[in-house]
Amino acid sequence: MSIAPLYDLTAIRADFPILSRPIRGRPLVYLDNGASAQRPHAVINAERRYAEESHANVHRGVHTLSQRATDAFEGARERVRRFLNARSTREIIFTRGTTESINLVAQSYARPHLQPGDEILVTRLEHHANIVPWQLVCEATGARVVVVPINDRGEVDPEDVRRLLSPRTRLLGIAHVSNALGTILPVAEMIAIAHAAGVPVLVDGAQAVPHLTIDVQALDADFYAFSGHKLYGPDGIGVLYGRESLLAAMPPWQGGGDMILHVSFEGTTYNELPYKFEAGTPHMSGAVGLAAAIDYVEAIGLSKISAWEAILLTHATERLSRIEGLRFIGTAHHKAGLVSFVVDGIHPHDLGTILDERGVAIRTGHHCAMPAIATFKVPATARASFGLYNTLDEIDALADAVVYARDLFR
Amino acid sequence: MDLKDLYRDVILDHNKRPRNFGVLAAPAIAAQGHNPLCGDQLTIYVDLDHGTIKEVRFEGSGCAISVASASMMTEAVKGLDAAAFAALHAQIHAVLTQHDAEVPATLGKLAALGGVREYPARVKCASLSWRTLEAAIAGAGTAVTTE
Repeated sequence: MSIAPLYDLTAIRADFPILSRPIRGRPLVYLDNGASAQRPHAVINAERRYAEESHANVHRGVHTLSQRATDAFEGARERVRRFLNARSTREIIFTRGTTESINLVAQSYARPHLQPGDEILVTRLEHHANIVPWQLVCEATGARVVVVPINDRGEVDPEDVRRLLSPRTRLLGIAHVSNALGTILPVAEMIAIAHAAGVPVLVDGAQAVPHLTIDVQALDADFYAFSGHKLYGPDGIGVLYGRESLLAAMPPWQGGGDMILHVSFEGTTYNELPYKFEAGTPHMSGAVGLAAAIDYVEAIGLSKISAWEAILLTHATERLSRIEGLRFIGTAHHKAGLVSFVVDGIHPHDLGTILDERGVAIRTGHHCAMPAIATFKVPATARASFGLYNTLDEIDALADAVVYARDLFR
Repeated sequence: MDLKDLYRDVILDHNKRPRNFGVLAAPAIAAQGHNPLCGDQLTIYVDLDHGTIKEVRFEGSGCAISVASASMMTEAVKGLDAAAFAALHAQIHAVLTQHDAEVPATLGKLAALGGVREYPARVKCASLSWRTLEAAIAGAGTAVTTE
């Protein structure tokens, strides 16, 4: 095929050392980017350079290294701010990942507000990380989770959000991109609808940031959460963007060092934003690695990345749809670069093992989105999720391996 | 390592045509097993006659390894008392988890499960039905989960 991305795919692939490692004696075909993306040298080196040249604890010492570490960490925060187009670094809180970001909002924003009978609105396609934190606060407060349905393509109709918003709705929690189905949700529209009813919105952006340009001001999101490791960055680092007026009014979530101004047994005063929400020594090298990952994807260009992933998606959809007995789960009109599917007569788990034997890494199971998957009356699916470095040949390898698996099970 | 070592013909056959698939009415004991990792869910029904397995059936959905393991198990355990079942279960457990375990010739068809130990992620699939039947016999009545 002569179709190519608007960047040098061969050079890009050489940036990712793991991509040249054989798996089970075959070239690795890594199609599990939705679970975790691989890291380029730029990220690996940034973390190592931080450890070799700049490491000490941040915001504490007067010595040179502490200042260097602080500069690196706060520089990373500024890099994230620009990436999301937030107004201020006071709105950028470093967390362990999307899950912790959502839990922070659930515990610090929602929980103090919730009364018995209040409602948290989420969609049926959410990842468990955008369901269970709300169930926990609802259990503690007597509030309840209300669910926006999805149609048989895996799409959410914003009109259903409008219909289900009630005077008791205290927050809308929505994925930007569904991890299990690939659906890109019309979040700007959904946010406008919620805001018209006076309801703030949290967006789970874990699956969106590697594929789409995010502008939290244009979206008018109140909270936006994502993880570093899905963006070709380190694991263990993530971000919560929060609108400053909301964050300022929220109590701290965890207590400890760095989040205080003054501590005494008579009373403690909390630090300003964003430090109020960053108790304890943060993941400094992770933040530095995340900033390097952002530099990396922005140097390529997210629009070029998403254009290439759209081609990969089209090719995968076309190749896989030719396979007899294969059914796609999630066929939204507006989809990110992933395909979720089932094959007659083969459980996804068997498919995953057989594909792995041929070097093809995919995710199988419920993808931590059991309600979404259950909607389609299947216990599990196979999911191939694409990244900026995937090739059309790799899609062909996926399709060939699925055919091989089907034949093995005949 | 070869895929055919995991997906031996007897496994593929039991997956396609599971034996003793269905329900047993009360007073048979039912126990549920669940593997949250992959969504495997099965129910084992067992009719005990003074502690001896008179009849056993299963239903549910799962991968080839879990369905075949359950199917072959139902064939192998009829007529066993609790102690004999426990002994067989222990043998299967060793075959599934210990790299150097001999596969006893007495296992017959069940020896086909020997390929599973090369695939650590799949051991839970093969052991689910056994653990669930164990729970049913013990009268635990509670759901078994692999996690």
